[in-house]
Amino acid sequence: MSAQYKLIHCTINGKETEKMVDVRASLTDMLRNEYHLTSVKKGCEVGECGACNVLINGEAFNSCIYLAVWAEGKNIQTLEGLLSPEGELSDIQQAFVEESAIQCGFCTPGFIMTAAEILNTGKLYSDDELRKLLSGHLCRCTGYENILRAVKKAMYRRLGKEVDF
Amino acid sequence: MSKERTYQDPSFRDIQEDREKSEGDRDRRVGKSEVRVDGFDKASGRTKYYEDLVPPGALYVRIKHAEIAHGMVRSVDTGEAQAIPGVVKVLTCFDVPDIPFPTAGHPWSMDPGHQDVADRHLLNRHVRYYGDDVAVVIAEDEVSANQGVRALKVEYEELPFVLDAVEAMKDGAPTLHEEYPGNVLKHTELRKGDYQNAIKEPGLVCVDKVYETPTVQHCHIENHGCFAHEENGRIVVVSSTQIPHIIRRVVGQALGRPWADIEIIKPYIGGGFGNKQDALYEPLCAWCSVMVGGRAVRIDCSREETFVSNRVRHAIRFHIVSWLRKDGTIAARKVEVFSNQGAYASHGHSIAAKAMGSFPQHYPCENMECDSYTVYTNRPAAGAMRGYGMPQASFADESNIEDCALALGMDSYEFRKKNIMPRGFHDGFSGNTNYYDTFRQCMEKGAAYIDFERKKKEYAEDSGDIRRGIGVATFWYNTGVYPISLETSSNRMALNLDGTVTFQCGETEIGQGADTAYAQMVAEAVGLRSYRDVHVKSCQDTDITPTGLGAYASRQTYMAGFSIRQTADLLRDKILAYANELTRQSVACMDIACGNIIRREDRQVLMSLKELAMTAQYNPVHSEHITAESTYTIRNNAYSFGCTFAEVEVDIPMCRVTVRNMINVHDCGRLINPALAAAQVHGGMSMAIGFGLSEQLIFDPKTGRPLNGNLLDYKLSTTMDHPHLEAQFIENPEPTSPFGTKALGEPPACSGAPAIRNAILNATGVAIDHTPINPHVLFAEFSKAGLIKDAWT
Repeated sequence: MSAQYKLIHCTINGKETEKMVDVRASLTDMLRNEYHLTSVKKGCEVGECGACNVLINGEAFNSCIYLAVWAEGKNIQTLEGLLSPEGELSDIQQAFVEESAIQCGFCTPGFIMTAAEILNTGKLYSDDELRKLLSGHLCRCTGYENILRAVKKAMYRRLGKEVDF
Repeated sequence: MSKERTYQDPSFRDIQEDREKSEGDRDRRVGKSEVRVDGFDKASGRTKYYEDLVPPGALYVRIKHAEIAHGMVRSVDTGEAQAIPGVVKVLTCFDVPDIPFPTAGHPWSMDPGHQDVADRHLLNRHVRYYGDDVAVVIAEDEVSANQGVRALKVEYEELPFVLDAVEAMKDGAPTLHEEYPGNVLKHTELRKGDYQNAIKEPGLVCVDKVYETPTVQHCHIENHGCFAHEENGRIVVVSSTQIPHIIRRVVGQALGRPWADIEIIKPYIGGGFGNKQDALYEPLCAWCSVMVGGRAVRIDCSREETFVSNRVRHAIRFHIVSWLRKDGTIAARKVEVFSNQGAYASHGHSIAAKAMGSFPQHYPCENMECDSYTVYTNRPAAGAMRGYGMPQASFADESNIEDCALALGMDSYEFRKKNIMPRGFHDGFSGNTNYYDTFRQCMEKGAAYIDFERKKKEYAEDSGDIRRGIGVATFWYNTGVYPISLETSSNRMALNLDGTVTFQCGETEIGQGADTAYAQMVAEAVGLRSYRDVHVKSCQDTDITPTGLGAYASRQTYMAGFSIRQTADLLRDKILAYANELTRQSVACMDIACGNIIRREDRQVLMSLKELAMTAQYNPVHSEHITAESTYTIRNNAYSFGCTFAEVEVDIPMCRVTVRNMINVHDCGRLINPALAAAQVHGGMSMAIGFGLSEQLIFDPKTGRPLNGNLLDYKLSTTMDHPHLEAQFIENPEPTSPFGTKALGEPPACSGAPAIRNAILNATGVAIDHTPINPHVLFAEFSKAGLIKDAWT
């Protein structure tokens, strides 16, 4: 028991937490199983699809290939953490809804977390740059068209500009 | 607190004014780009998929897959696996009931001759593909279950295998199923006119070619999975499926239990595209639960299992012989279809038959000789996948049409317009009619957007290493499966106490946006203020949800439309009958609009639906919960049409194709929700780009082992691989549909690959007759054409 489990302290969606976790567990497993953060999706579990993406100290990672024990002392944000305390969608989530960028919804949490990272840089990216920044995520429903629109729209809005599609 | 509004309230005037402003106000509920009813939950991560609902403590079932392509299991040594701590039970192919069952997500047929082929057991002693299911380990946790699977020692008697459909038909090929010597699951033919005589006409030009499409996989981002447990002696399975009511029947069949013993619950699912229009692991999961005394058990497919041990799209080889007159008409055509079924029948011959059936309709010609063969091979079982044979047929037909035009020295755009299904064309079998001049409208719209004529001429001048090209391809599609199979749809509407309506039906939401379309259609049909006043129960539970067939073909909106209109009429009748008691107005003089009972003639609001519902429910002398439920048997089908224009840039030395511009134009009738319709088209176009350029499941010819069954080696398109995807529509209302709508789910996946292929032909003069057109293929083809010289020779 002792060698296989370790107490992990970290901040998840703004709240300091600690749990005993299996040293073999991925961060995906920890977030889903120990914290019931089920927005963290499993599409491949080897870092190919991006559905499990979360922010670790502000940087987007595939949590399926990030060991839970590495989360010690880290600040982790999942999609659940983007919703305001009053239950309002953040700007990027709202843009995904408005632009019909969501279909089955399974890749959505991962995409939105990477989009959040992109938006947090405060930079204005070109279409080609956005395509590259989002290319670590797979989606089979949308052809990415409306996802790109949503990210672009939110990026422009945050910079106080009007988007020109 | 918002003030309660009643019919005496003058503020209702604004509702009436709203209504009077636009004629046919109720129609405004459809035809609008409303946001999805499930948008908020999906954007916030609240939506629950099967894996988010697994009860704590559920046992893990992990499957031992065969590591040979063909053979008999002699023995399974389970000793070591059973000794692993955490392992609860090991079950093998020697333990399963001897009940072969079918898996296709087709409606049951009362005609035994029309029932699906039952050729699979829960676990198989006769292993027919690399990845077949041989045994399971049930354990307390995932690690032990996986360790248990690795510890199983399976002894096989290996048999020769065959991976290619045409090879499998030859004498001496290994037999997969004893009942099908020669491996032909089914052969059907189609004859029209007199082909043999017609080809004797003097002066005909013959184009005789073979076109081929590969085995590809659906790649929904949520893998299939399910969990099962017993409840009061019945079996409950919660599954990532498109077809809960059909799964109930298959689980019952596979376990030899009455179908009503089974309850299937379908939560939100992360895409399906046809893979989940099949009984995948629901029967095995249900059986495993029974075998551990009804405890909860879960099966969660890995991505690798999804690629190999679920379903794939049929690889199809087409041999097309077209006989052309110099005036650009087609004298006769012969089409042979060889469809690679893989190891088990699944949807079987339906796919090849549909592909073959498209030829006489898409480009009608007087003399046709068509044969289609569906052939067992030692590949993963092929089932339904978005387009159901049409992406394959479109690739072959539209490539051949391009090649025919080239052979005649005609412009292919003109050749298409001359020969394509004309307005007024009627198909006697399906009863479908081409009511409009849709093909011309779609092609003209697409050509105008992409500036086809100018670019075609301009690109013809390109001669360097980088050459541009532009191409077009068209498709036709049948919306549903009538008259081949049953088409039925049931739904229930319940008037809530606040005047909203709760709606349930068996046609499932799988990501396409069906629930939102239903909400809009119900709001319109009942006369509600907004689609937000319809609460669609997205989750189907076969114990509760009215029976429907699920999500497949391109049927949901079209089929559900019939029963929505019918049930809405029943609900309206009940509401107005009750309103008659309360208002003393004749039913004939009343209507429901914007959530109110109104008087038709002067449009006066008599009372709100809320007031009516509350009064009806709590009336001490006549209490009524107003609900309606009905089933509609659909005996219609509808043609859906469209086209793709694609513009490519071909880097000849690098053997690389970049799609620069792409548009799909669809006539799917009246759009229920234009934004969601466009989103559907984008997804299909993306799938078509992958089908044309990068996707294929590769098998080791020496062992039959799949070599790239993962998302790294199987090349799914990313954001980097697409241009802007343009979706446009022609809205010719479908006369058979109560909402004027027809197929859109699958059609977007059909014409993209041949449009790209034809654009490459336009750019380079090289006709490539098989997909995916990846650098490996281009290297060989460009070398053969003398466009590049191999540096090493």
